[in-house]
Amino acid sequence: MSIHRSTTERRATRILLILVALAFLAFFLLLPLIAVFGEALKQGIGGFANAVTDPDAQSAIRLTLMVAAISVPLNMVFGVAASWAISKYDFKGKSLLVTLIDLPFSVSPVVSGLIFVLLFGAQGYLGPWLADHGIRVIFAVPGILLATIFITFPFVARELIPLMQEQGRADEEAALSLGASGWQTFWRVTLPNIRWGLLYGVLLCNARAMGEFGAVSVVSGHIRGETNTMPLHVEILYNEYNFVGAFAVASLLALLALVTLVAKSVLEWRFDLHSGAKH
Amino acid sequence: MTSLSLSRGRWRQPSVLPGFGLTFGVSVIWLSLIVLIPLATIFLRSAGMGWSDFVAAGFSDRALAAYRLSFGTAAAAGLVNVVFGLLIAWVLVRYSFPGKRVIGALVDLPFALPTAVAGIALTTIYAPSGWIGQFLDPLGVKVAFTPLGITIALIFIGLPFVVRSVEPVLADMGLEVEEAAATLGAGRAQTFFRIILPSILPALITGFAMAFARGVGEYGSVIFISGNMPGKTEIAPLLIVTQLEQYAYDGATAIATVMLVVSFAILLLLNGYQTLRRRRMGA
Repeated sequence: MSIHRSTTERRATRILLILVALAFLAFFLLLPLIAVFGEALKQGIGGFANAVTDPDAQSAIRLTLMVAAISVPLNMVFGVAASWAISKYDFKGKSLLVTLIDLPFSVSPVVSGLIFVLLFGAQGYLGPWLADHGIRVIFAVPGILLATIFITFPFVARELIPLMQEQGRADEEAALSLGASGWQTFWRVTLPNIRWGLLYGVLLCNARAMGEFGAVSVVSGHIRGETNTMPLHVEILYNEYNFVGAFAVASLLALLALVTLVAKSVLEWRFDLHSGAKH
Repeated sequence: MTSLSLSRGRWRQPSVLPGFGLTFGVSVIWLSLIVLIPLATIFLRSAGMGWSDFVAAGFSDRALAAYRLSFGTAAAAGLVNVVFGLLIAWVLVRYSFPGKRVIGALVDLPFALPTAVAGIALTTIYAPSGWIGQFLDPLGVKVAFTPLGITIALIFIGLPFVVRSVEPVLADMGLEVEEAAATLGAGRAQTFFRIILPSILPALITGFAMAFARGVGEYGSVIFISGNMPGKTEIAPLLIVTQLEQYAYDGATAIATVMLVVSFAILLLLNGYQTLRRRRMGA
């Protein structure tokens, strides 16, 4: 009993520490979240509905959904392929490959957009050639897609690599020795083993793809109804002092964030997926 | 183990599993097309500028002021997050209280909430007429449109990095050492500063470095609250955007190069530090 008491704090200290932690979280995390929904509903449900059904808002929502629908599956296929190569084989330069996959996390979103402007923009390396052939990348949807794919590049792979390394390759070797083909082994053995980890990575990837602002802002050109994603639309409305509109669209993104958090927590509790530091 | 089992001179250890060529090929091609080649253009463009042009654009007075602001506010926010991130991780690991799971999940909010949404929400709260700003303004405390506001945005963005890097280390730490310290007559405070803090210090440093690196490059959550006055509240990423809008591609590239070099240096230092520690621990 005295040993137990010696490894924790007095009751008053415990309560004080808990209260300080909760106050910090309430001020810095909870209050901004409440502000988003509070401001969105300031003029009642009618003002909210008007802002969300506005044609420009609708087209921003459609574009954001389309960008996520293209970039997330691409990075999912890449993430599975990279994790398979990294976790199932031993080769030289493996840790370099892992570091390079993580690289986009340490690049500022603005710089992530800039690199595609330098490649495909009017003054960029491939700009004149693209202009001759009538292809627009920058200030158009392809640029937004590229920037989003760059930003969300590591999410699936970094979730799957540790999981698949832990699972090893005994299951796959057993399947192969029983006569399964490579693809059969993947679909019937590997995929069921990694499905929850894969879903976890896809969730985080999707949240970032739909919410990315800095990188997309640099390449989009902010053309209303054409190259305006939801986060960019929030900025335009806010800068026009249309606060209810800005917060109404923002509240949809905040809802997406909440759904992501709930799904992520459920996956962590039910399937004991680790919750390390993630971006 | 891995390096021992690699036969000499062979790049890859043979395996019965098929698909190495396909998956490795897809990974390397996709990585090159999306990440490596585009990133290389920054350095290519910088190299083509000539040294004096590069210095003139990358280290102008305006750029230097922007770096000072970005690095300064990111460091300040990182330090605040080290203190409160440790406190939150401690409370989540060591104590039980109602709503703990919800609180634990809420910590990840800055990872999930789009940065622009966080930006306009924080501005609404801290603007002079805002939710909290209206009480601070009469006291002469200005938050929005000052470096203090930028720091608050970066505290929001960086908090989960520290909590999530300290939490697993605290959870894995056995109570035996603390019990030993207590039997030897150490008080709780002594045990914390002499026993617990040294063992979680690496995790704290990692969390700080990640929050700092993210803060230096952060754009969406900062630009609404920062006020964007050149030389005063203009962060480095915003300066890149401003240069791009004026079609000053070289200027934007030079500043981006400086920022990239700094982030890569942080990444390398951190990797080196972790490798060194692992080696010293003999693991």
